Amino acid sequence: MAPSVESIVQFENVGLRYGTGPEALIDLSFTLFSGQFYFLTGPSGAGKSSLLKLLYLAQRPSRGMIRLFGSDLMTLARDRLPGFRRRIGVVFQDFRLVPHLSAFDNIALPLRIAGMRDADIATPVREILDWVGLSARGDALPATLSGGEQQRVAIARAVITRPDILVADEPTGNVDPDMAVKLLRLFEALNRMGTTIIVATHDVHLMTRIKRAQMMRLEGGRLSDPTGALRYPPRPSDMTGWADMPGKPGETR
Amino acid sequence: MLGALFPTGHDRRLIPQARLTGPMPWVIAVMLFLTLLAAAAALALGSAARQINADLAGRATVQIVNADAEARQKQALAAEALLRSDRAIAGVTQVSEAEVRALLTPWLGSGAVSRDIPLPALIDVDFRAEADGATLTRLRRAMRSVAPDARIDAHGQWLKPVFDLIGTLRWLAIALVALLALATTASVMLSARSSFAAHSETIDIMHLLGSTHQQIARLFQRRIALDAAMGALIGCLLAAPVLWMLGRAAARLDSGLISAGSFGPIDWLQLATVPIAGIALAVFTARVTVLGALRKKL
Repeated sequence: MAPSVESIVQFENVGLRYGTGPEALIDLSFTLFSGQFYFLTGPSGAGKSSLLKLLYLAQRPSRGMIRLFGSDLMTLARDRLPGFRRRIGVVFQDFRLVPHLSAFDNIALPLRIAGMRDADIATPVREILDWVGLSARGDALPATLSGGEQQRVAIARAVITRPDILVADEPTGNVDPDMAVKLLRLFEALNRMGTTIIVATHDVHLMTRIKRAQMMRLEGGRLSDPTGALRYPPRPSDMTGWADMPGKPGETR
Repeated sequence: MLGALFPTGHDRRLIPQARLTGPMPWVIAVMLFLTLLAAAAALALGSAARQINADLAGRATVQIVNADAEARQKQALAAEALLRSDRAIAGVTQVSEAEVRALLTPWLGSGAVSRDIPLPALIDVDFRAEADGATLTRLRRAMRSVAPDARIDAHGQWLKPVFDLIGTLRWLAIALVALLALATTASVMLSARSSFAAHSETIDIMHLLGSTHQQIARLFQRRIALDAAMGALIGCLLAAPVLWMLGRAAARLDSGLISAGSFGPIDWLQLATVPIAGIALAVFTARVTVLGALRKKL
């Protein structure tokens, strides 16, 4: 990692417990740097979604310290959280589209929340709709879209504001390989513009496509590499024990 | 300004509304109809109390009861002179014997009210201000030396039970307005909570996309504002003819007490604030309810 790159997320001994159950995340300590591309992997139940929830501010940790954009989240005033959330784009695994809004309005939602006027919204939304191949489906409600189309709307909504951080949970799980590559190119383009990308995925094929991406692997709520990140594309040896996962090393989905 | 109060097209799509097919406008309409009737009653009773008070509280009658006509007349003149010299009194009118007779005739009959029956001497007194207890005590004391058979009756005291009843009814009407406001608040609170629960998925999404609590609360405020405005309109349309008919019926009675309770322009203005206050109350309740629910979120 180039020392000049600014840290954007810092975890120190972070633990997360739901209620009185066991810790879902244990002693996580790592730093993510601005403008980098990260893959988050690990078997089901490893804690990937929990880690992403901490990253997109849906949860507070039970212990430890998280610094985001240079601010300590544990001491951050609640009224500053919306401003932080607007700097983070999220692609939810279950898409979480507003069911009674059209694809266009779902994508426009972050811009409207940010206070943009209707007159200024149409152009960027149409552009991104075109980018994700849904320009003809702008008026469609989510229920009338296929799983892949819904996923593309969710991605378009997450990137429309050009966030500082993009957090994506299995963003290509429901799209065909061509569209997966296209969406990955969109993520790369965003990354080149300075957005830090964090993608949770089982898709090894996807991981090998981004040459400069780093990989974080979670197992049993802990980072398998205590240094926090593996540099550069994963090697086949990194993939051992993934037999239960849909995307094995070298497998094209 | 009204545009900021009611939902925009996008807001309406984000939190879809049931409009008149939903119960909220109708609940508010009924509440507002009843509130307008109770408020009208409170205003009318207040106005009646003020009017009667203004008519009677500054007046008294001095009655001199003595069987000896000469002594009675002498005391009446002395009492009149004493009253005229008092600064608290604006006017003194000796009621003639013929007028006293005319007053008694409907009750006693013309035959009974003959010259043989001694009638009391009456003096009407108009005070400059309300005849308070201290003034009346002072006058009674002064009167004792010049007209020992004189009795001073303040008109306000005769009607004290009526005043008390009007006052009680007025407070009852005000309490009804307060209770109806409370019931409206409770209904709006329930409606806002159920709407919040029904749209929890949308709220979660907006929350995670960076909506502030105020932005989310505003959606519900605007939704309730529109429901409340529709309810207020229906409530006013229902209440207006009822109030008009009651006013007409009261006017036809032509009774001093009831006509005193009719509305003036200020009363109508005060009634006009009821629907506005109802909408404001509904919007405020929705805001407080939604912000309270959002406080449980991160």
